Amino acid sequence: MTSELDIFVGNTTLIDEDVYRLWLDGYSVNDAVALRVRSGILEQTGATAGVLQSDTMDHYRTFHMLERLLHAPPKLLHQLIFQIPPSRQALLIERYYTFDEAFVREVLGKKLSKGTKKDLDDISTKTGITLKSCRRQFDNFKRVFKVVEEMRGSLVDNIQQHFLLSDRLARDYAAIVFFANNRFETGKKKLQYLSFGDFAFCAELMIQNWTLGAVDSQMDDMDVDLDKEFLQDLKELKVLVADKDLLDLHKSLVCTALRGKLSVFSEMETNFKNLSRGLVNVAAKLTHNKDVRDLFVDLVEKFVEPCRSDHWPLSDVRLFLNQYSVSVHSLDGFRHQTLWDRYMGTLRGCLLRLYHD
Amino acid sequence: MPGKLKVKIVAGRHLPVMDRASDLTDAFVEVKFGNTTFKTDVYLKSLNPQWNSEWFKFEVDDEDLQDEPLQITVLDHDTYSANDAIGKVYIDIDPLLYSEAATVISGWFPIYDTIHGIRGEINVVVKVDLFNDLNRFRQSSCGVKFFCTTSIPKCYRAVVIHGFVEELVVNEDPEYQWIDRIRTPRASNEARQRLISLMSGELQRKIGLKVLEMRGNAVVGYLQCFDLEGESGLVVRAIGTACTLDKLSSPATFLPACNSPSKEMKESPFNEDPNPNPHSSGPSTPLKNQTYSFSPSKSYSRQSSSSDTDLSLTPKTGMGSGSAGKEGGPFKALLRQQTQSALEQREFPFLTLTAFPPGLLVHVGGVVSARSVKLLDRIHNPAFVGIMGNTRSYKLLDWNSFNSDEPETRDAWWAEIRQEIKSHAKALGCHAVVGYSESTSICEEVCILSASGTAAVLSPRFLQEGTVDGSLEQRVEENLPVGCGFCHIPYDELNMPFPAHLTHCYNCRKQKVPDVLFTTIDLPTDAVVIGKGCLIQARLCRLKKKAQAEANATAISNLLPFMEYEVHTQLMNKLKLKGMNALFGLRIQITVGENMLMGLASATGVYLAALPMPGGIQIAGKTPSDGSYEQHISHMQKKINDTIAKNKELYEINPPEVSEEIIGSPIPEPRQRSRLLRSQSESSDEVTELDLSHGKKDAFVLEIDDTDAMEDVHSLLTDVPPPSGFYSCNTEIMPGINNWTSEIQMFTSVRVVRLSSLNLTNQALNKNFNGLCENLLKSLYFKLRSMTPCCLCHVNFTVSLPEDELIQVTVTAVAITFDKNQALQTTKAHAEKSLQRASTDNEELLQFPLELCSDSVPSHAFPAAKEHPESASSNSGTPAAQRATSVDYSSFADRCSSWIELIKLKAQTIRRGSIKTTVTVEKASPMGDGNFRNRSAPPCAGSTVGVVKMTPLSFIPGAKITKYLGIINMFFIRETTSLREEGGVSGFLHTFIAEVFAMVRAHVAALGGNAVVSYIMKQCVFMENPSKNQAQCLINVSGDAVVFVRESDLEVMSTQQPAVNCQPTCTGEVTT
Repeated sequence: MTSELDIFVGNTTLIDEDVYRLWLDGYSVNDAVALRVRSGILEQTGATAGVLQSDTMDHYRTFHMLERLLHAPPKLLHQLIFQIPPSRQALLIERYYTFDEAFVREVLGKKLSKGTKKDLDDISTKTGITLKSCRRQFDNFKRVFKVVEEMRGSLVDNIQQHFLLSDRLARDYAAIVFFANNRFETGKKKLQYLSFGDFAFCAELMIQNWTLGAVDSQMDDMDVDLDKEFLQDLKELKVLVADKDLLDLHKSLVCTALRGKLSVFSEMETNFKNLSRGLVNVAAKLTHNKDVRDLFVDLVEKFVEPCRSDHWPLSDVRLFLNQYSVSVHSLDGFRHQTLWDRYMGTLRGCLLRLYHD
Repeated sequence: MPGKLKVKIVAGRHLPVMDRASDLTDAFVEVKFGNTTFKTDVYLKSLNPQWNSEWFKFEVDDEDLQDEPLQITVLDHDTYSANDAIGKVYIDIDPLLYSEAATVISGWFPIYDTIHGIRGEINVVVKVDLFNDLNRFRQSSCGVKFFCTTSIPKCYRAVVIHGFVEELVVNEDPEYQWIDRIRTPRASNEARQRLISLMSGELQRKIGLKVLEMRGNAVVGYLQCFDLEGESGLVVRAIGTACTLDKLSSPATFLPACNSPSKEMKESPFNEDPNPNPHSSGPSTPLKNQTYSFSPSKSYSRQSSSSDTDLSLTPKTGMGSGSAGKEGGPFKALLRQQTQSALEQREFPFLTLTAFPPGLLVHVGGVVSARSVKLLDRIHNPAFVGIMGNTRSYKLLDWNSFNSDEPETRDAWWAEIRQEIKSHAKALGCHAVVGYSESTSICEEVCILSASGTAAVLSPRFLQEGTVDGSLEQRVEENLPVGCGFCHIPYDELNMPFPAHLTHCYNCRKQKVPDVLFTTIDLPTDAVVIGKGCLIQARLCRLKKKAQAEANATAISNLLPFMEYEVHTQLMNKLKLKGMNALFGLRIQITVGENMLMGLASATGVYLAALPMPGGIQIAGKTPSDGSYEQHISHMQKKINDTIAKNKELYEINPPEVSEEIIGSPIPEPRQRSRLLRSQSESSDEVTELDLSHGKKDAFVLEIDDTDAMEDVHSLLTDVPPPSGFYSCNTEIMPGINNWTSEIQMFTSVRVVRLSSLNLTNQALNKNFNGLCENLLKSLYFKLRSMTPCCLCHVNFTVSLPEDELIQVTVTAVAITFDKNQALQTTKAHAEKSLQRASTDNEELLQFPLELCSDSVPSHAFPAAKEHPESASSNSGTPAAQRATSVDYSSFADRCSSWIELIKLKAQTIRRGSIKTTVTVEKASPMGDGNFRNRSAPPCAGSTVGVVKMTPLSFIPGAKITKYLGIINMFFIRETTSLREEGGVSGFLHTFIAEVFAMVRAHVAALGGNAVVSYIMKQCVFMENPSKNQAQCLINVSGDAVVFVRESDLEVMSTQQPAVNCQPTCTGEVTT
């Protein structure tokens, strides 16, 4: 006796959170059943393996049918086929769009194209996340990207409106879209110590200060693209390191202010010019797309690593960066104060976040 | 022009992409009613078109309004080629035709295509302006309300219950017309959907006319079914109960029936009551001292022994008219006579109701059923052959022109069966049949027609307009013992129609009751029940040789009696095993397939306090000499006894003990020959008798004489009880649970299994089938585990055999949560209440200490010591006795006599043994609770915006139904030619059922409702052809659209109009 057909349809669609998780994680029905058996559910409920198999199949089928709607979450709210309480709808959407840290680190900053999709096999092997789950996460990134890419208005708001995600998740997606659009390199070995949270933090600061949206809220793509004009202007900052007097003056201002306050004062004093050159050169190079992509690599190479090798404590880094930014205002020969603040304000926040082991 | 139908097409959303190039759609809408069609403008390049059309107005007869559905077709405009259909919406505008129902239909409807399923939604507004029609000879029956609910709808009061109405219409099935070979599957499906919609409309209108003729204004318990007879056509038939209903102005007040203004005394022969005083006053009612020594001069059993007598009875003769005067007490005679006069004008005194207004149901006799095997031969429809053969122009709706004689054929078939039911009821001393239903099972050209119901004696109170004298009515109420009256036997105890063991009622101890009671109705709300109830199923398969036409029908007819016998035996054994003594909601389904017959009986077992405690089951081996065998037998016996004890504990069945003296000596057993009427309606001179009562052996023993019997005993023990926290029943309410909370989950589950081997035995089949049902139940319990404690109510199993080795089981039920903690309190409170009520009737009951209920000895040791050898006779009686199978088609008549001989023979051989009753006399307790109360739970936190609840029950726990919006009756066909792509058969059917639910909900929401009650999936016909990657499914559902208000909300907004508050906001835009 074999089961040809076996279905259960409720007036209110039954959602089993545990099975949903297994489905999202990309397990096959058989694997999911095995995992459920291992969780001890049979003992708790007195059910048989056959019952569990049938139940799992049924939930998988439901999720499969829901998936089409989850691709456009507002549809899930309006559709009439599945009667799902609002709280459950929110849970379905949120979980569907939730991604794995390990996965996002692999694709963050990569072009969300077919080429990258082909690499998902490797990512799956590397991260231990099932290929199916990788595909879902990748497709989610791509789908969100496609929808909000050319939209005007706040990126986070757009994502929230079109995908009905929680604030937290919408912010994460904003970071992903921003990184994918600007193709920031995050995969280099030296950047491996950074978490998605670190990048997301930086992305948020950059969106707030470095994009078109920061100056004009009525532009298309305002939150996704960096303000080209601003990047062009950044060349002007070069004077801070090119002009020897200005550099010396800047150094002396910082050293005077920080004397006795830093545990690594002497290291700072000897390294000041290198560090300053690094930070200003990063700014000056941002006119080239290639260098924009390497922003994080440069920041780590030029600033984080030198400081780390001298064992700067985080508090000293903070004191230094504050003083480094502020002191520029006292440089009489320097005319680009607002530009400097727009650049350095964001960079300081990013660097502090990036500075850890 | 009695009506103007106005339709406005507002907008569409989520339309499918019809133009691959632009990824958009140029949609427009055709609105069709009758032969008139309107079109909207084309809304270019959008998946969310905003047509905002003008009002399309149709001026139509109200006859058409009733018959025709409004047909809305959404199309994609194509400049160069034909416009592509996106999908359709059929809207039944019937609900707009009652004055009190919906006034407007407005909302989002899923656009449905029979090939692609739901493709987007469309927002439609429909209104009807009805003009007063003064034409008395009109053909329409606008204004007659229809209810699927099989009880008096919650916000109405029954003034008169007029009785049975039935109708059927026949047409050829578009799927089998010649044109079907050249048209697309879509066109064929749509033709079918439209035809059935039209036929349903016509059927409903015709029934409405009958109701108006009876001076009623509503049909309750309306059940409409389709018989897909294949090439011989398509039958749509319906039955219902005509009533005159009054809307309760305030839901809180329940006016007594005698206040009806329509009461007219002149019709009543009892206007001047001979001596009202002794009857209506004081605790010493005449009933109390009444001795029920009926005169044997006119016995029901004799009357019924020949069914042709009954058939020849004109309705005027009436039922039991001869005996009325000779019966004992004057009151009973009075009552009988009056009821009889009320019923005698009716051809069939049947009610499709399963629950009754208080006081209507007086006694219950037992289950009556009849089956008949028919050949769906084209010879029966000679007009048809001509149609199929020639090239006459195809006219879809013109069925009257070519097969006008067909309804008569089908009518005659059903009339026969109903006559049989009527005569069986009479044999049980009953003049009415309640909980009546009809069904068919069709396989190729063989059709089994079945009808069943519960024979009953009704009080005249609701049956005739204005004839009921107030004082009489009161007497009826006072004289009926609390909660046990319906158990009392309606038949003459000296001339019982079948052998039954009678005892004095354990509740009132004044009248006689049978030892078991089987019924098709719901448990009466005032019934005193001990413990909880449970779902009991008997399952059975029988192999049958493949055969053609008559040979096939013969084979089926030969098998039927054995199936009935075994189903009954199983039910009886399982009931005993549960330690219970009554079945409610019994439904026996016999399904015919190519090479087998399936029997599935479902019922809810309870322990009625009024009935004696059931005896145990004893096993006896055939060869007592063998030692190890003996040991095995005793082992089995122990297992059975353990199971009974465990079940008693599980279902909290612990009736208090009663000493023997109180009960009095048992009634001398009238050792009558039992008879089961086995009539052939064709040549009905011959009547066979089949004894379903396990022979005349005195022992209540299961004899294990072969491996088959062993298997049977094993299968008895394999039924596992539901996991803790779960209860199940197939009735409306679960006996013993009364504190429902508001969470409900209605579901449908379908399973199809393929039997592995061709060389199956009956035994293996049974095992497979048993396993299938048990596993299905287990799956349900597992799926719904988060709802515990909960109860599966109205569990409705349907079996079909779509192909040779396929078995399909469909279950629809509702899971309702209840509060475990409140249970005790309410039960106790009710126990006290019923105790008080009982005490007025019987002083002795006052001495009952309530504590008895909780700490009485649960049960006796088995086999119990107190045995009454003289009374432990064969047993089983009531329900079984009345079953009949009739074989009936002309060319087959001559074989009938030999067939009867065969049955007699086989009946001897299959009798494996009977069951020994160990009667233990116990005192009944007033504890238990048939009454349920909707204790509202705290309302759900999330506001239920746009949620439409669906339930097979007639009520919604924790809520009050404030308005009935009309009947929902929908028929859908879905077909696919890409089965694999749609997720295989499971994916296909899962989607389809979800879509059907969605369409039902959308229609209810558009009517302004927020729930469907008495929902039923009447048909789910699934056919597949995996090799061609094809599948097709037909689903027919119905129910009552209602508006309900949470009880908690009701309290809050005491002054506001309740209906306003719960208008669903489904149509409202959800902000994104």
